[in-house]
Amino acid sequence: MRWHHQLRMKLLMLFRRGHASALLDDEIRDHLERQIVENRAAGMSADEARYAALRTFGNPALLRDQARATWSWSVLESVMRDMRVAARTLVRTPGFTVIAILVMALGIGANIALFTVVRSVLLKPLPFRDPDRLVALREGDSHNKNFQDFLPVDAGSFNEWQLATRNRAEMAMVSPWQDYNVSGEGGKLPERVRGAWCSWNFFSVLGVTPALGRNFTEQDDSPNAAAAVILSNATWMRRYNGDPAIIGKTIWLNARPYTVIGVMSPSFVFSSSFGGNNLQIWTPVRHEAPPWLLTTFADHEFIVVAHLLHGTTLPMVLDQLNALQKHIQRSQTSGSVHDRAMGRSMLDDAVETYKTPLYAMLAVTACVLLIACMNVAGLLAARSAARRKELAIRTALGGGRWRLMCERLIESLLLSAAGGLLGLLLAWVGLQLLVHARADMNRIEAIRFDSVVASFTIAVIAFSAIFSGVIAALNPGGRDILSALQEASRTHSEGIARIGVRRLLLTLQVGLTVVLLVGASLLLKSYQRLRSSDIGVPVDNVLTMKLNLPLIRYKKPVQQVAFFEQLIDQVRTIPGVQAAGLVSTAPGEGWNGDQLMSVTEHPPMPPKEMPDIQVRGADPGYFAAIQLPLLRGRVFTSDERLERANVALVNQTAARILFGMEDPIGKHLKTQFGETYQIIGLVGDTRWDVSLPPGPTLYWPIYGNGYSSGTIIVRSTNHVEALALPVQRVVAQLDSDLPVADVMTLRQAIRKSIVDSEFDSLLVLSFAMIALVLAAAGLYGVLAYMVTQRTTEIGIRIALGAGRNQVLQLVLADGLRPALIGLLLGLAGSFATVHYIESILYQTKALDPAVFAEVAALLLAVAALACMLPAWRASRLDPMQALRTE
Amino acid sequence: MGKPSDLVQGTLDLLILKTLLLEAMHGWAIAKRIQQLSGDVLQVQQGSLYPALHRLEQQGWIKARWAESETGRQAKFYSLTTAGRAQLDKETANWNRLSSAINLIVSEAG
Repeated sequence: MRWHHQLRMKLLMLFRRGHASALLDDEIRDHLERQIVENRAAGMSADEARYAALRTFGNPALLRDQARATWSWSVLESVMRDMRVAARTLVRTPGFTVIAILVMALGIGANIALFTVVRSVLLKPLPFRDPDRLVALREGDSHNKNFQDFLPVDAGSFNEWQLATRNRAEMAMVSPWQDYNVSGEGGKLPERVRGAWCSWNFFSVLGVTPALGRNFTEQDDSPNAAAAVILSNATWMRRYNGDPAIIGKTIWLNARPYTVIGVMSPSFVFSSSFGGNNLQIWTPVRHEAPPWLLTTFADHEFIVVAHLLHGTTLPMVLDQLNALQKHIQRSQTSGSVHDRAMGRSMLDDAVETYKTPLYAMLAVTACVLLIACMNVAGLLAARSAARRKELAIRTALGGGRWRLMCERLIESLLLSAAGGLLGLLLAWVGLQLLVHARADMNRIEAIRFDSVVASFTIAVIAFSAIFSGVIAALNPGGRDILSALQEASRTHSEGIARIGVRRLLLTLQVGLTVVLLVGASLLLKSYQRLRSSDIGVPVDNVLTMKLNLPLIRYKKPVQQVAFFEQLIDQVRTIPGVQAAGLVSTAPGEGWNGDQLMSVTEHPPMPPKEMPDIQVRGADPGYFAAIQLPLLRGRVFTSDERLERANVALVNQTAARILFGMEDPIGKHLKTQFGETYQIIGLVGDTRWDVSLPPGPTLYWPIYGNGYSSGTIIVRSTNHVEALALPVQRVVAQLDSDLPVADVMTLRQAIRKSIVDSEFDSLLVLSFAMIALVLAAAGLYGVLAYMVTQRTTEIGIRIALGAGRNQVLQLVLADGLRPALIGLLLGLAGSFATVHYIESILYQTKALDPAVFAEVAALLLAVAALACMLPAWRASRLDPMQALRTE
Repeated sequence: MGKPSDLVQGTLDLLILKTLLLEAMHGWAIAKRIQQLSGDVLQVQQGSLYPALHRLEQQGWIKARWAESETGRQAKFYSLTTAGRAQLDKETANWNRLSSAINLIVSEAG
């Protein structure tokens, strides 16, 4: 019964609080009146009776408060009251409030956004069954120093691996580099789609099934099976309007009929360190790939994914595979057999490259939040310094220290909460921009707000509120009420100690800012180096586009060559085209292929020591069109084609590696497949990836040598983009079913490949700039405040004969001291932390003295600027005015 | 401030409960009664009765009802609940134990 009574009281107190309060007043009034009546009866006068009653009763207001304090919810009540008071105080100073909220919003928003990315991309498990047991397996090569980690796997090794580990893991292979032409669909434009060859069990290893239709079966995955294809959801929606009747229909890939057997769900995205997140179709590998590729140990075309069975760990599997791989390498004669097996979780495989930049960025945003909190704490401290008198009076009247502290905390909580909500909005906008700008990023599709992000937001708001509130409340002068009250008559300088907290905050703030600036400058320098790095040819006004001839219609090499020759001839006649050429892959647009080569004129060498040379096919006009300098010898003639295509040009790096000081012209190279090429020319180096040094490269005629695909290069004097349509029209006239893909300028292609560097550096730079502005504002604020506080003192100094310059120096020194100490702290901090980002820097040393010097100079300049105005104002004080100012 | 002078801390609750054992009363009457029964020894600062009354009410040991008083005005009458009676027994027993213990020490010393 008692709980029932208590509950009733609680509800009553919660919902009828105002009523209860009125009743309490009645009750007390009634009591007093009875006492007065009694006193009157005892013969007192009206006034006397009243005073006597009040004497015996005590202070009615205080007792009423005490009675109320016994009610339920009284804590809530006092918090609500404090909130109202705090909100009113904040609204009274809109300037301060808006600035504080904006600063908080920036700090909190940046953290929410980055945390969301880190959580969604790096931490959230992959949306597959049993994500903890999914691993990506690769090969490594201890001989090749350039690319020894996480290389693709050859099908020969895969077959052996699968057999050896069948009791421990389910393995599947996938080759996500197989593009297809989709065409022949009455009225729809032909299109090049990103495709993957995969073993039939690929989807079941991941534990996913098509949303529509069926999975591949073992029967589909054989050379004689009917051709089958599974579509990605996006492709199905876009090209086939999401029509469920697509299952069982025939589509034309590379001019051959394929039956659509399934459509994946929208959430299915496969990502690996070799891409794959933009795949549009999947086909069974044993039906698609040439038979030799499915058994060779020398051609590495596959990614292996494995589902570890219970009781098996990755190290166990890797130990077994490493032993196996060593054995394979010993038993094979080819030099391009790798000798190591490597593996990591599928998640790590997809996001490993983002870890350093993302965690670095999270550290940066954490610094920005700390700086923002310190800034707001500084503002709050300044405010409470200005309200010292008010607070002292309240303390003198019995206001508890805890209550006053609570008020301060609630004030900063309100600011943080408002900032946090605004920050959430900022974060949302930022994430939309990120998703838009970085579609290339693995797992970008996983980015979304979830309950963990919500908890994080609340935690960050609470942290900011407590951090800034407590720092602001640590006011060392708050204790001596008396001196604060005595200051009532004259404003004189505040004790240095009182400003001490803000000065300390400033020092830390400057220190953090310096660290951010150093990081940002390093990234920016690296990005600029990357941007201006010479890929070996002029990149402006070059248009590239890819096409791929379907072998079913262009069966013989002579047909393919005839098409290409006709195409290039016609492209050259388009008005505005300065030069055009054909190459297998343009510079800066990626890896093309490589072969182990030996010089026939040299003594034979064991396969393992043969140099690995990148190979590109080119037409005779390519070198002039791309303006790759011919250093010696000549380029191909137009009749060096098909059977007469055994000639080659090498670049400088290849010449150095293969021939050293010898003259390469006239020498012969032999590939691992036994074909021989005569070297007829020497050309300049180009880079296949803008961030990597040029590799040894060989060019042989694209007319012949088995090329059925290529990249058209068009150079113009200006506005080369305008030529894209005319060139596409020429292609369509020659073959209306042939799609062109990846139409872009060389500059766009290169920019695309360094977009991550650009993104990281610009983002960190903008955070560093925010930090710098906040630090400068903090410096200015503290100094301006100090000057106002010291007006009288400075007036006296000037009146007693202090020179203007002396005053200027005095104030400047006051402001620059924390900046200098902060700078030193920051430089030390940077020195200790920059090595974390060394791995993502391009041709830039982490401890670059120039960067450190620039940052120091910039910071000092900004600090001096921020201090100059208050200092100048102090030195211009009119002593008479200053002394009268009260 | 606000604490009943000359009154052992915590005994105000006991006094209120005891006073209310016989009949429902309003605040002023409770104050008067405590004063009278103690032979004017216990000078309760009248107002401090109210925080105590409200605390007891929140805890469910007494309940209140607004009713017409002897003067014809509405007054808040407090009465014991069942739980309050039990609490009174408990506190009385406590008090007896405590006071006899103190008596024992004091008389021994004398």
